[in-house]
Amino acid sequence: MRVWSLPLLLLGIALAGLAASAVCAQQPVRIGLITTLSGPAGYLGADIRDGFLLAAEMEGGKLGGVPVQVLVEDDGFKPGQGKQIADKFLKSEKIKLFTGIVFSNIVGATVPDILDAGAIYVSPNAAPSNFSGKDCNKNYYVVSWQNDSLHESAGQNATNLGYKRAFILAPNYQAGKDALAGFKRYFKGEIVGELYTRLDQTDYAPEMAQIRAAKPDVVFQFHPGGLGISFMRQYQQAGLLGTIPMVVAAPSMDTTILKAIGDAAIGVNVSSQWNLDFDNEANKKFVAAWQKKFGPERLPTFYASQGYDTALAIGAGLKGVNGDLSNSDAFRTAMLKADFHSVRGAFKFGNNQHPIQDWYAMRVEKGADGKPFIKTIGKIMSNHGDAYAKECKL
Amino acid sequence: MTLALEQTLNGIQFGVMLFLLAAGLTLIFGVMRIINLAHGAFYMIGAYGAALVGERSGSFALAALAGLAAAALAGLIIEFVVIRRLYARDHVQQVLATFGVILLVNEGTTILFGRQPLYLPIPGILSGTVQIIPGVPYPAYRVAIIAAGLLVAIGLSLFINKTRIGMLVRAGSTHRDMVRALGVNIRLLYTLVFGLGALLAGLGGILAAPLLAVQVGMGEQILILTFVVVVVGGVGSIRGAFVGAMVVGVTDTLLRAFLPMVLHRVMTVSQADALGAGLSSMGIYLVMALVLLIRPQGLVRAPG
Amino acid sequence: MLRADVAGATGLSRRHMLWRGAGVAALALFALLLPWAATKAGNPDLISLATRIVIYAIAAASLNLILGYGGLVSFGHAAYFGVGAYAVGILYFHFSNAEPFLGFVPGTNQLLITIPVAVVTSATFALVLGGLSLRTAGLQFIMITLAFAQMVFFLFVSLKYYGGDDGLIVRHRNVLFNLDMTNDTTFYFVCLAVAAIYFFVFWRLAQSRFGLVLGGIRQNERRLAAIGIATYRYKLVAFVIAGAGAGLAGALMANFAKFVSPDLLHWSQSGDLMIMVILGGAATLFGPLIGATMLIGLETVFTGWTEHWQAFLGPFLILIALFTRGGVLSLFKMSASGSHA
Repeated sequence: MRVWSLPLLLLGIALAGLAASAVCAQQPVRIGLITTLSGPAGYLGADIRDGFLLAAEMEGGKLGGVPVQVLVEDDGFKPGQGKQIADKFLKSEKIKLFTGIVFSNIVGATVPDILDAGAIYVSPNAAPSNFSGKDCNKNYYVVSWQNDSLHESAGQNATNLGYKRAFILAPNYQAGKDALAGFKRYFKGEIVGELYTRLDQTDYAPEMAQIRAAKPDVVFQFHPGGLGISFMRQYQQAGLLGTIPMVVAAPSMDTTILKAIGDAAIGVNVSSQWNLDFDNEANKKFVAAWQKKFGPERLPTFYASQGYDTALAIGAGLKGVNGDLSNSDAFRTAMLKADFHSVRGAFKFGNNQHPIQDWYAMRVEKGADGKPFIKTIGKIMSNHGDAYAKECKL
Repeated sequence: MTLALEQTLNGIQFGVMLFLLAAGLTLIFGVMRIINLAHGAFYMIGAYGAALVGERSGSFALAALAGLAAAALAGLIIEFVVIRRLYARDHVQQVLATFGVILLVNEGTTILFGRQPLYLPIPGILSGTVQIIPGVPYPAYRVAIIAAGLLVAIGLSLFINKTRIGMLVRAGSTHRDMVRALGVNIRLLYTLVFGLGALLAGLGGILAAPLLAVQVGMGEQILILTFVVVVVGGVGSIRGAFVGAMVVGVTDTLLRAFLPMVLHRVMTVSQADALGAGLSSMGIYLVMALVLLIRPQGLVRAPG
Repeated sequence: MLRADVAGATGLSRRHMLWRGAGVAALALFALLLPWAATKAGNPDLISLATRIVIYAIAAASLNLILGYGGLVSFGHAAYFGVGAYAVGILYFHFSNAEPFLGFVPGTNQLLITIPVAVVTSATFALVLGGLSLRTAGLQFIMITLAFAQMVFFLFVSLKYYGGDDGLIVRHRNVLFNLDMTNDTTFYFVCLAVAAIYFFVFWRLAQSRFGLVLGGIRQNERRLAAIGIATYRYKLVAFVIAGAGAGLAGALMANFAKFVSPDLLHWSQSGDLMIMVILGGAATLFGPLIGATMLIGLETVFTGWTEHWQAFLGPFLILIALFTRGGVLSLFKMSASGSHA
């Protein structure tokens, strides 16, 4: 665990304070960012954090005109640790606004405590189904997507591409279950095999054998981060990559995974709400700023785009209440207006405070420079919400 | 049918990995009577050495040499600084010291190389598939691992049984004082055995690197199963390590592959898979318990 | 007259015993005043930290019985810690969804029920697993205890119904009379009371004939067997008592963290418990408390400085193992008095 207040933000706050000396000095709003920074999935949390902080940096240490101080801590991919950090932030640091969690199992252990204490949580990534339906809460917002709907887009994509027999796999935790449920909801063909792997699994040889035996015409898998890299490599080693096509959602083929797999990934179908090549103004600005800060070697993943969008969304909320979090209903009114330009294009909140957005089909192709890249092909769904919104009483 | 055959092949390949680790461990246990929790560290160091050099040079052969050198060097250093002083101590001290070694090595690796996992590409010639079982394109690399492991097993067996040093190793494990009394430099023998163990573990890591992610903590994951292999096979016996490794490797893989499918019929897929994975993980330990009840010294008695 | 004789018989000088008494009194005073002092100093999260230390001290002390006094290197003690925690978690789960466990056992959130259930459950596990493990000795014993603990770990990982890998949330702490358990200070005092009772019982046990026999088994089992003592039985009883103690600590931990997960049973937790025992001084009464304070304290302090704190803990442990015979406490003994062996 480590506490990490960026000197840069404090400097930004100091400068902003000097520049706006006529206005009475505002106490910065403190935001607790709990995310996974260690282990093979560490780059997911690092991207969310960096996207979030980039947005604040671009506004000079502020979000929505309100100075902010972001405290970042690593949950180490352990639900118990995430819970401990949240406890500490709530009790000792008296933080009222939280964000950052990558994984749904950590959300399950951490978010109830945050909401019970009357604090606010805005999710840049994980959005398990239970919190989007009957357990929805007025202080719980999601800026990325609802878990199922991310994979519903893949199911629709597979149907559009004409596949009839699918073999599906995911790790055995809430997001994995949501993934397979979402895919099945929109895939109109037959499921010839369904397997749950383990979150700490490194060797997928038995699974490869089973895929081969079932003879599907498409494979759908959800394995984020390092799990995705291992799975894809072994899928290729087993001789399956050339023979059985794969349809995935963004987490299983992000730019980092692509870099690790290389040319072997060409032909894989991906679906997502965001891609590097989207040409709206907000995205162009984001990508340019990111590349300027981190160089050409490190491309932003969609986690980075979500971290950035979350910061903008929080900024819109803070602007509406002028940084005063004491009235969470006023903050809620401001947040739900979604008065910001998302890098993915159209964005609005549904009644369960989860996004309603468009989904796009992509494919890995060889670029002009010879390196593989993820190319946007077309739109799969428009203004798509999620399957649980009607169960939410908000 | 081909599925069962392919899964068995997977099990044999897993068993071979376990054997590489267990062979060294059983020698260290048997000859030096010392419990070394840090054995997994050599597995990891071998993998890291290979991955780092492989990334820069692009040559698997160079990478393998680098990994072996790294593991051997680490083994010698750790033996000299820590293990040497533990021979006369009791198990408690040994556990504590080697636990400290694990922490140091793991965290040191994180400091030096960061938390991102490393990857080593499979050597070009082995990146295709081979139809060992007709109709099943099995990864050629995994076949190579099985072959390598069998070669090592034969080589070790010859070493232990047919060479003079091997004889000293066998004697040192059962009649330590006599060996010392005969003027053999027992210190040197111990260092050799420890170094050999580290080398074998490092080889396991190098072979595993192209398949799995090379990351901190990979050694501990496989170490516990290695303990089970040593207990099942019999402490001090290379043949026992081989038998134990095959039993554990094949049982674990087959359980993991087929138990969930059986459970699918009676419960939801998510519950069945979790229960199946858990039960098959437990299965190995139940096997170990059974062996201990019936034959506490292991399946194969140590020579001597 | 008699007191001096007793002192002479146990080899401890009267001054030493006075020092010891004073030390215990000082410790008790410090423990009682901690919440007030911490709040005054503006650091109320120290109370949570202290509660964690107290809970782990109980767990480490239970291990001390078999490891320190008995010389049995059990590397699977976290299993019983975890079983105790899960007992509380599962009982709460069934309490909150009103379905009885296995169809007839009602759930509960009463601390006075969950603690005994946790203790009995972990004692039962210890009886079965210990009964099997104690048939071996030496290296095999260490490995088999480790392996069995992993087995229990995988058992809980496989129980998706109770959360599996994701863990089980205990929304509210167990209820004890009318006390407000959500209050950190109240809960701290509850844990402190439990610890005090536990350490007292432990002290009496270590001084008793049972404790002496155990020490004898550690030193030379064959000799004791030769004079007719059923050593296996003594070892097993000690193992079960140790398991029960770990279960007690686990039950408190489940209440403290309000969260139970298989991580509690991971072999690295067993390692941590062993470190606490050895660091503080095996076979001493307060060694586990010192060890727990040191390990958790060091971890908390170091994580503030660097995330790579384990790189310092590692060499520290190696040094302690290589250069001391009895952990940190022995360092004090060596420097404090050289008047007796």
